Amino acid sequence: MNHRIDDRVVAAHLTSRRFGLVIGFLAVLLIVVVVACVAVGPVRIDVIRALSAPNDGGIDATILFRTRLPRVLLAIAVGAGLAMSGTVLQALLRNPLAEPHILGVSGGAAFGGVMTLFLAGRVALPAYLLTPIGSFAGALIAMLVVYRLGIVHGRLQPYTFLLAGVVCNAFTGALIMTVNAMANLFQTHGILFWLMGSLTTTSYPLVAASFVYIGFGGALLLRDTRALNALSLGEDSAMQLGVDVAAVRRLGFVVSSLLVGAAVAVSGMIGFVGLIVPHVTRLLFGPDHRLLLPASALAGGIFLALADTLARSISSTSEVPVGVVTAICGGPFFVYLLRRQSGRGLV
Amino acid sequence: MAGDGGAPRNAPAAAGETVDLESVTFGYRDDSVVRDVTFAAPAGGFVGIIGPNGSGKSTLLKLIGGVVAPWRGRVRVGGDDVRRLSRVELGCRVAVVPQETDMPFPYSVLEMVLLGRTPHRRGFVFDQATDLRIALAALERTGTGYLVDRPVTELSGGERQRVVLARALAQEPRVLLLDEPSAFLDIRHEVEMYDLLRTLQRDGLTVISVLHDLNLAALYCEHIILLADGAVHCQGEPSEVMTYSNLSEVYETEVYVAMNDITNTLNILPLDARNRHRLSKDARKPESGNET
Repeated sequence: MNHRIDDRVVAAHLTSRRFGLVIGFLAVLLIVVVVACVAVGPVRIDVIRALSAPNDGGIDATILFRTRLPRVLLAIAVGAGLAMSGTVLQALLRNPLAEPHILGVSGGAAFGGVMTLFLAGRVALPAYLLTPIGSFAGALIAMLVVYRLGIVHGRLQPYTFLLAGVVCNAFTGALIMTVNAMANLFQTHGILFWLMGSLTTTSYPLVAASFVYIGFGGALLLRDTRALNALSLGEDSAMQLGVDVAAVRRLGFVVSSLLVGAAVAVSGMIGFVGLIVPHVTRLLFGPDHRLLLPASALAGGIFLALADTLARSISSTSEVPVGVVTAICGGPFFVYLLRRQSGRGLV
Repeated sequence: MAGDGGAPRNAPAAAGETVDLESVTFGYRDDSVVRDVTFAAPAGGFVGIIGPNGSGKSTLLKLIGGVVAPWRGRVRVGGDDVRRLSRVELGCRVAVVPQETDMPFPYSVLEMVLLGRTPHRRGFVFDQATDLRIALAALERTGTGYLVDRPVTELSGGERQRVVLARALAQEPRVLLLDEPSAFLDIRHEVEMYDLLRTLQRDGLTVISVLHDLNLAALYCEHIILLADGAVHCQGEPSEVMTYSNLSEVYETEVYVAMNDITNTLNILPLDARNRHRLSKDARKPESGNET
């Protein structure tokens, strides 16, 4: 009797053992996915030969280390950033439908980026430096506006907040169209290409910077995961559990919008990761944010690396934008999960 | 029960603390919702707050729980000004059971109760053996141990409210605040909840509850505060406060007040339009007897 209860008790909460097992499992899976993703592509390469002579300038090694590996790594960083951002926004709004796109943060980042592409050439700074700045600024401003509208008398009104996000999204969408209409053909092409989203990169410094940045943001958020759990009970209850709700909210919104800004800056608009990954991770491993946040980060990396590999492998002549793949795979899967879960009251 | 021996803190709930309000005034925008409220709840007392809708009952609890700060006046818990206490300190001393808790995510019952340990732990840490022991004891206490691994999103109203109470007990509070905790419960679960609260109170906890149901208030509370439009209309023992004249004036409706022979407490029954005129001297007799 006592024994059976004890097993149920262990299964019913987050132990350090379960945390280690889940994170370990996902980390191993991530490594397997990296290996699989660098081995796959429109051009067939000999991975063994490339690995045995990484620096001899052979075609296999060049494709593997110069084009595929940095791209897969960037996908992991971006996927992790988007997934963590989604997890935190869902917790803060106490709504599993919250997501950087729905809240207008991605739209803001995209508009900021598009503005810099439009203004590039008119300003002294080159576009590759300007675009991240534009995206960050756009993401932050959008979040700030939505935040101001969604918080009434110091209390977060989830529905007002979501609606403000939807409006912000539509508004930035219209602004992007306007800029596009005013731009010349050459710029329009660049803007569209950037907006569609791509993880193509050959720059290891860029990859390293993304990892440091997203890792730092993740570490900041991880410290607040206990507070995020308490926030699930509502703002008043969290306050009465000793949580400084205003501070947690502020940090969460700023960091998650900066993560989105970074993701959009290096890869354009990639949807669905921030919505689906936290959802699936929660279904698999439970809602405790101490585990949910790092697990979503790893799962987001895995998901985006796989989606991007699919995107560049479908056709040997041209690439499908990775955002298209995430939406095409993610949408139906999401609907399937919703239907399966509807009896459990998780919508 | 899984009792890992040798743990230092195995005592029952810590001794209750007093709650004092001194001329407290507060409002949300320009209008005050709570006006010049003064009362003292003794340590280990059972205090009920009653009054019509919008009379400031819930706001009063928010003031004691430190969610909002008074415009004027002072709120003290155990003699300490609530404004001087940090959120964490207050969370270790005062726990709140709201009317309703909606959970957007399917936490297990145990996870939900472990959230009560939040004020006692800082930063990213796993729940310690002590936390687990306290949470399991709280589940046991509220008779919800059998639910331990069920998702809170699947519980019935009665089960959920007991789990929320368990979460509050896991905070190891000195003062327990409840805002119409049985508003969505049937009479059996309602009485079970208040019986449990009385047991906790007898063990030393200070209980302050907002009640919608006047009969429950008369049955369980030692001290009643009757609010009208944000101010204290009167306070004292149930038999002093819950008179025909007080209740009919504050609630602006006719009531029939009678003594219940079994519980020896007052019963308050609303009178419908058809029967109001029949409120005779006879009907008012029991309460007029109480007034003397």
